[in-house]
Amino acid sequence: MSVPLSTSAAVKPLLEIKNLQVGFQTQNGLVPAVNGIDITLMPGQTLAIVGESGSGKSTTAHAIINLLPGSGRITGGEVLFEGRDLTQLNEKQLEEVRGRMIGFVPQDPMANLNPVWSIGFQVEEAIRANGIATGKEVKQHAIRVLKEAGLADADKRLRQFPHQFSGGMRQRVLIGMGLSSRPKLLIADEPTSALDVTVQRVILDHLATLTREIGTAVLFITHDLGLAAERAEQLVVMYKGKVVESGPSREILENPMHPYTQRLVAAAPSLASRRIQSSQKNLTDLGYSAPRAAEGLDLVEAAAARAGKQAATPVAGGPAIKVDGLTKVYRIRGAKRDARDFKAVDDVSFTVERGTTMALVGESGSGKSTVAKLLLRLEDASEGTITIGGRDTATLRGRALLDLRRTMQPVFQDPYGSLDPLRNIGNTIAEPLQVHRVGDRASRRARVDELLDQVALPSALATRYPNELSGGQRQRVAIARALALKPEIVILDEAVSALDVLVQAQILRLLADLQAELGLTYLFITHDLAVVRVIADHVCVMQRGKIVESSTVDKVFDNPQQDYTRELLNAIPGANLKLGV
Amino acid sequence: MSSNFTGPPTDVTTVGGRSGTHYVAPLDETPLVGVDAVKVAEKRSNLWIDAWQDVRRRPMFWISAALILLVALVALFPGIFTQTPPNNNCILGNSNGGPADGHPLGFTKQGCDIYSRIVHGTSTSLSVGFIVIVLTTTLGILFGAFAGFYGGWVDAVLSRLGDIFFSIPYILAAVVIMSVLSQYRSVWSISLAIGVFAWPSTARVLRSEILRVKNADFVMASTALGLSRFKILLKHVLPNSIAPVIVITTISLAGAIVAEASLSFLGVGLGSNIMSWGNDINQAQNDLRSAPQTLILPSIALSVTVFAFISLGEVVRDALDPKARALR
Amino acid sequence: MTGYIFRRILQAIPVFMGTTFLIYFMVFAMPGDPIVALFGDKTPNPAVVAQLRAQYHLDQPFIVQYLIYLGGIFRGDFGLSFSGEPVTAILARTFPVTARLAILALLFETFFGILVGLISGLRKGKLFDASSLAVSLVLISLPIFVIAFVGQYVFGVWLGWARTTVGSGAPLQDLILPALVLASVSFAQIVRLTRASVIETSGLDFVRTAYSKGLSSRRVIPVHILRNSLIPVVTYLATDFGVLLVGATITEGIFNVPGVGNTLYQAIIRGEGPTVVSFVTVMVLIYLVVNILVDLFYGLLDPRIRYVK
Repeated sequence: MSVPLSTSAAVKPLLEIKNLQVGFQTQNGLVPAVNGIDITLMPGQTLAIVGESGSGKSTTAHAIINLLPGSGRITGGEVLFEGRDLTQLNEKQLEEVRGRMIGFVPQDPMANLNPVWSIGFQVEEAIRANGIATGKEVKQHAIRVLKEAGLADADKRLRQFPHQFSGGMRQRVLIGMGLSSRPKLLIADEPTSALDVTVQRVILDHLATLTREIGTAVLFITHDLGLAAERAEQLVVMYKGKVVESGPSREILENPMHPYTQRLVAAAPSLASRRIQSSQKNLTDLGYSAPRAAEGLDLVEAAAARAGKQAATPVAGGPAIKVDGLTKVYRIRGAKRDARDFKAVDDVSFTVERGTTMALVGESGSGKSTVAKLLLRLEDASEGTITIGGRDTATLRGRALLDLRRTMQPVFQDPYGSLDPLRNIGNTIAEPLQVHRVGDRASRRARVDELLDQVALPSALATRYPNELSGGQRQRVAIARALALKPEIVILDEAVSALDVLVQAQILRLLADLQAELGLTYLFITHDLAVVRVIADHVCVMQRGKIVESSTVDKVFDNPQQDYTRELLNAIPGANLKLGV
Repeated sequence: MSSNFTGPPTDVTTVGGRSGTHYVAPLDETPLVGVDAVKVAEKRSNLWIDAWQDVRRRPMFWISAALILLVALVALFPGIFTQTPPNNNCILGNSNGGPADGHPLGFTKQGCDIYSRIVHGTSTSLSVGFIVIVLTTTLGILFGAFAGFYGGWVDAVLSRLGDIFFSIPYILAAVVIMSVLSQYRSVWSISLAIGVFAWPSTARVLRSEILRVKNADFVMASTALGLSRFKILLKHVLPNSIAPVIVITTISLAGAIVAEASLSFLGVGLGSNIMSWGNDINQAQNDLRSAPQTLILPSIALSVTVFAFISLGEVVRDALDPKARALR
Repeated sequence: MTGYIFRRILQAIPVFMGTTFLIYFMVFAMPGDPIVALFGDKTPNPAVVAQLRAQYHLDQPFIVQYLIYLGGIFRGDFGLSFSGEPVTAILARTFPVTARLAILALLFETFFGILVGLISGLRKGKLFDASSLAVSLVLISLPIFVIAFVGQYVFGVWLGWARTTVGSGAPLQDLILPALVLASVSFAQIVRLTRASVIETSGLDFVRTAYSKGLSSRRVIPVHILRNSLIPVVTYLATDFGVLLVGATITEGIFNVPGVGNTLYQAIIRGEGPTVVSFVTVMVLIYLVVNILVDLFYGLLDPRIRYVK
């Protein structure tokens, strides 16, 4: 398989981006998104651009094939593809390049297929447009392409519509389309970030095999450093529209030079969990030290600090939460009177000790969020009991239910939906106090200031509105609101999932500090097993409504008992990286 | 398997000079900022503040606002604008006459002053408009809010009811009602006749908006706080769903004015003793060839008023709906 | 798809019952003698009054009256007009004329509305867009009878291009001006709707993906942008059909088109209450049927509805 290169100079770069500048025209003039970046990609190579949202990574990807959204335009620089500057091509010439020479796999499979046309139609039009096949061969080629992409029954599914496909299957269709004309370059823009981790793994494996066979170079855009390092030989780290560091993946991971990259390495949960794994065995041998400039963002350090504090304050009293045989059945209304029962939560039992963190891990549809709703009495259980602080919650009404709500508060996932946009921050945080008639105006205001301070936000924000804040700041406000009534239990339903890694690390750190300070009990619901390693003591793995494995975090990570747990663990990006740190 | 290339090139130094080599940008090129640092902006911002900032920069807003203010002034204080009585003192000898001293727009077929009739017709149009929107907005909010928020059978019953009213074009319904109420033709009865069938569109708009808002996490958070369902509807869901209702209300006001004029034009609207642009247009239609101004002038008054409210609605929609803003 | 059709028709039944009940209620549950009220200030022919009393079974309890009336509708019996002619006979005579006018207007407004809206949406912010927005705003602000009179005056009286009233038999060339007038308001709405829809769709991810596949804009615009933008336009056409019916009543009246609308118009002007009620009922029924048809068409346009599980 390996044919050595005769001379390195003989291989010309496939793609050379030189001093590329992209800006978006707004009311306030041209806002730059990419400020002069250089990237070189060799034929057959896989290169990943890593960055947080707003770093300019997706804009770069779109600029290559000149598909910038809205008012975006290239304001300078060159995009040399096989020596030809793509920025100088006219529309007709660009059409020749797109699809045929450069394939594109977009981010959100749900939004990238036209809902009104069948799958077959959309694949076939791509094949026809690029002149890959004509006449009756088009359909045959479409079937072949989809089969390659992993849709075994493609011939039967050509006439189906996108909404009849799952997210993973749609992404396979998009990959099939992107590769249908054997392009020399495939741009994959966060191709799996909308999918479950296990699906992500299978699809990326498949993509890697396919592109290797065809010899297609891949430009892989992702926010996940672990994923990037695992999937690409070369890494480009972008920050504020600039390349801050680039080079071979392993080297960057092991020896990040730029402080921003150091932060990213320190804060990426996938890498952190991997590092913790290795550190237990030979941390001292490796002489592990936190990357410089990590400034409290190092998750390994955070986890160690947390473990230390947790050990220092022994658990007292009975369990905070005891769930026994919890079951929730939904009636699904079918078209032909086939109303059937769907067990979203199926005989779930677990106990959360006071002052500890229990993580509930599962993929979409596993029932983990339903458990949260049942605990919070947002919905009623079909069967089973929930005991909180020694009391069965099912029978609580009125005053007693209010008391229960006072001891247990939630933080939800969507930072843009969790705060009422028309209420200022102060009123939002004070609402729990108002509802529960705690204190008077002045004391509430004092409490709001105190809470803002606890979540490290300035008290000046009290009179401001949510849309002035970033996602991470909104989540802090949500945490402050949850803490207003001094609850014992906080239910964190994917509370950090929507955040960029650095912000996520910051919030995880904040949560750990608050737990140590206030003795809180957390139920941490997440799809991301990597985060669990950093924040939790115990973990329950859920699959299709059932708990398949339940143990301490160390045991689950070091010695998983179930196939599904192993699958999840292997799906954590970076699983194949032998990270000694 | 392709033969020309198979593995990653290592240590390749090419023209770009960066492939394979470890490149680090100088720190001063992109200085690090604190993670998620809080910047307290100079100005507060929420939906309403932003909408105002947006609206005040648009000439269309000021034009329509000025027109509406003028129309409102004319409606409230017709005496400021004309001393000529609209109904009596009509001299048949002036029938369809052109402008004369003190009668800047000429005369109607009955020899009445057109300008004065237009001035005095304004309050009729506006009154009907306002009574109708009070009616449609009240009914629309009640039906839409309860149907959308409580869902289930409440929604089924209320929405079907709305469908039934929606299925009769409201002007046709008003024609029937006004035909039956021929003895009781007044501003109130005509407003009732229009409003009773015009509310479902408000209800539909609000319902779909509430369906969107009620699933937001902040609603769940309030439930978890122990706030009652009704209070959540009142304090969180309604305020966040009301913006499109304001837009549709402005446009409904224009619609109601058109409806009144149409009904009066058809002769089932207001009695001839009540000043109405629709009535005057009705009276003038047979003289289109000989005296078009008797028809055109009240039509202009009517159209300008309608235009003012519709453009205000459009401007407000642009300001309140981020999707509409993207269309500009 | 059959399941969808079946469900849609099933849903229409309570609405049909409700609307007919409502119309009946508006007339016959009002205080006083409904027959007298329907005649307004006219003195009715006693024979006609007796005939109406029998037709509407006013001696029976209200709900029985309604059921008898409903039974009549199902048998295609809408009663007699003011002059004593069966409503169905008038319909048979006038409906083809109105259908011709309405179809002509629908063709005008959809074709030109979508065309102008599409160009406007694709050239957002350009001169064409700005002017089409301005013109449509003005058109929306003009009540239909104002447009009708202006049209009559400009094209009929002033330029002399068209006849101000439609000749007997309603030849197609005479219907062009009324159809344009009838189409004008909805045309403006369709322009705005198509424009908004085109701009929104153009920004969607699947359009970018279509371009990324190497498709030209000559293919992407009709196949991906326009095709998807039509869905809200069709929805609008359904709800707007009521406006079209009201518009047809006024337009046919002003241009003296011998159609269903004109019959209603004349009845309204002359205060012939019973005829008004019958024809409003007919129009509401047409509206309901058209809405069902449009919904079925909608199912064809949007597979997500067709294949709902």
